[in-house]
Amino acid sequence: MTEETVSKKEEEVLAELDSFAELPDAPPKRKFRLSWVGYCATAVVIFWLIICLIGPSIAPFHEMDMEGDDSFLDAYSGEYGTFYLGTDYLGRDTFSRVLFGARNTIGISLAATLLAYLMGITLGILAAVKGGWIDMGISRINDAILALPTIMLGLIVIAALGSSIPILIGTAAVIYATSVFRIARALGQDIMVQDFVEAAQTRGEGIWWIIRAEVLPNAAMPLATDFGLRLVFVVLFISSLSFLGLGVQPPASDWGSMVRENLQGLTYGSWASIWPALAIATFTISINLIVDDISAKSGGSLAKKMV
Amino acid sequence: MMMRMVWQRVGIGLATLWVVSVIVFIATSILPGDVAEIVLGQSATPETLAALRAQLGLDQPGYVRYFGWLGDMVTGDLGTSKAGGATIASLIGGRLGNTMMMAGFVALVSIPISIALGLWAAMHPGTWLDRIITFGTLSTISVPEFFIATIAVLILAVELQWLPSTAYMTGDENFGELMLALAMPLITLVIVVSAQMIRMTRAGILNVMSSPYIEMAILKGVPRRRIILRHAFYNAIGPIVNVIALNLAYLVSGVVIVETIFAYPGLAKLMIDGVQTRDLPLVQACAMIFCATYVVLILMADIGSILSNPRLRNPK
Repeated sequence: MTEETVSKKEEEVLAELDSFAELPDAPPKRKFRLSWVGYCATAVVIFWLIICLIGPSIAPFHEMDMEGDDSFLDAYSGEYGTFYLGTDYLGRDTFSRVLFGARNTIGISLAATLLAYLMGITLGILAAVKGGWIDMGISRINDAILALPTIMLGLIVIAALGSSIPILIGTAAVIYATSVFRIARALGQDIMVQDFVEAAQTRGEGIWWIIRAEVLPNAAMPLATDFGLRLVFVVLFISSLSFLGLGVQPPASDWGSMVRENLQGLTYGSWASIWPALAIATFTISINLIVDDISAKSGGSLAKKMV
Repeated sequence: MMMRMVWQRVGIGLATLWVVSVIVFIATSILPGDVAEIVLGQSATPETLAALRAQLGLDQPGYVRYFGWLGDMVTGDLGTSKAGGATIASLIGGRLGNTMMMAGFVALVSIPISIALGLWAAMHPGTWLDRIITFGTLSTISVPEFFIATIAVLILAVELQWLPSTAYMTGDENFGELMLALAMPLITLVIVVSAQMIRMTRAGILNVMSSPYIEMAILKGVPRRRIILRHAFYNAIGPIVNVIALNLAYLVSGVVIVETIFAYPGLAKLMIDGVQTRDLPLVQACAMIFCATYVVLILMADIGSILSNPRLRNPK
């Protein structure tokens, strides 16, 4: 048989498979459609992610530039240039600091959430697949950490170690890995007792093959939706710590600490603390709206879990 | 059967508290640098370090210090603060009362509001008011507590000038002045906590509404109001009690932010100050109080849902 005929055969087989998809009892295709609210929310999230990447290069000033010593200037005033959103308590351009702050706030939160997922999924699937004392051990430690308020854990660690960006990322990652672990373990256990896994085991497939080919693809979709929720929690956690003055340290800009620094200006009618707060709110509300939309479309079972 | 389950939960709660104490102790003690180094700072010489360590008992092995610390804490001796040398019990005393008073008021206001709004939303699903409630509460739980607080200050203290923007207390106010000073932190916490409770109450009732006996009631023509108030509500009480206890526990993280932003002289403010000055004994004591409260509330939620479940109350 020549190579050409082989590839032709392949095409025929593929065409045949395609025609199966049209049969009435074919599994429904996964549709990814959102309501208009969902699309708007997606646009906002993409907007902030882009700002995260290009923010510092389009900002009119540097985040640490003190333009004169005019604190809490109104918008569009000042002799040094245009302050679109006015200046903060040290006379720095609020607009530029919001753009710079996106990188810190969203970047640190994304890094922490990804790390939390890496740890949570690895340990969760391991516990589900191995079972026995490995499962028992990891689960008990996990329950103990889950039994504490997250902000308390953060405060204890920072009291002991001081605050820096790696410590912030590590702390948030460990704290939120616990809830990822719970979900990954539950999903893994559900999947491990399915017939197709039993079939694979009977066939003699190795444990890694089963995890890669059966468990992970089936757990991917719920975990992806949960990622959004977890990211919101991490953003809130990091910016709350920054707000308390225990997160990202000045003079670096971060939305949480910007709210704190400029709080005194509120009484003079300055909006310098409102803008970063609004930035956090638009980002987190949008993510939650997307998650809400997806879970409403997928039968609402996730919507119940998250309320 | 039921009592056994309750005792089991109490046992688990106690075990959790013990693990919490281990976590708090390990996190604050076995990490690099000890209290002696922090106290002496630049002026540390090996001799003074060793002397101070001996004085503070830091030269003993970790587990000895842990059991000593745990024993002191259980018997009510919280130790002395690193900064100023006052006993921690005297620092905490009044602060704890202030925080408890605030939490009490918040619970008093937010529980009736949340149950009423949650019930209303569940009775009229899909109406525009239900949508406003759903969107409003979703937005509230997605934003940080300090966002709500900042907006509240902007509207109520700066624009309308109705309320003071800090909760400064001298200690000899009459009730009216006290309420005025407490108003801003109260409003903020009520909004934050109610949003969660409304969502969970609504979801709890709607969850019960999808069960077969409700379908039966609908089919035999019982009016919707009666179905919710007579059939669904009693069955949703268990989950709702659970929700209330969980959210009072959620107050723990809310007060940390709110006490800081409004300069309210409570326990959380004391703890944040402790973290900033790295006053570890103070942080340990405050953390234990907060975590213990949290664990106890979660435990009460658990027990509440066991007690309100007739299937567990009348074992076969």
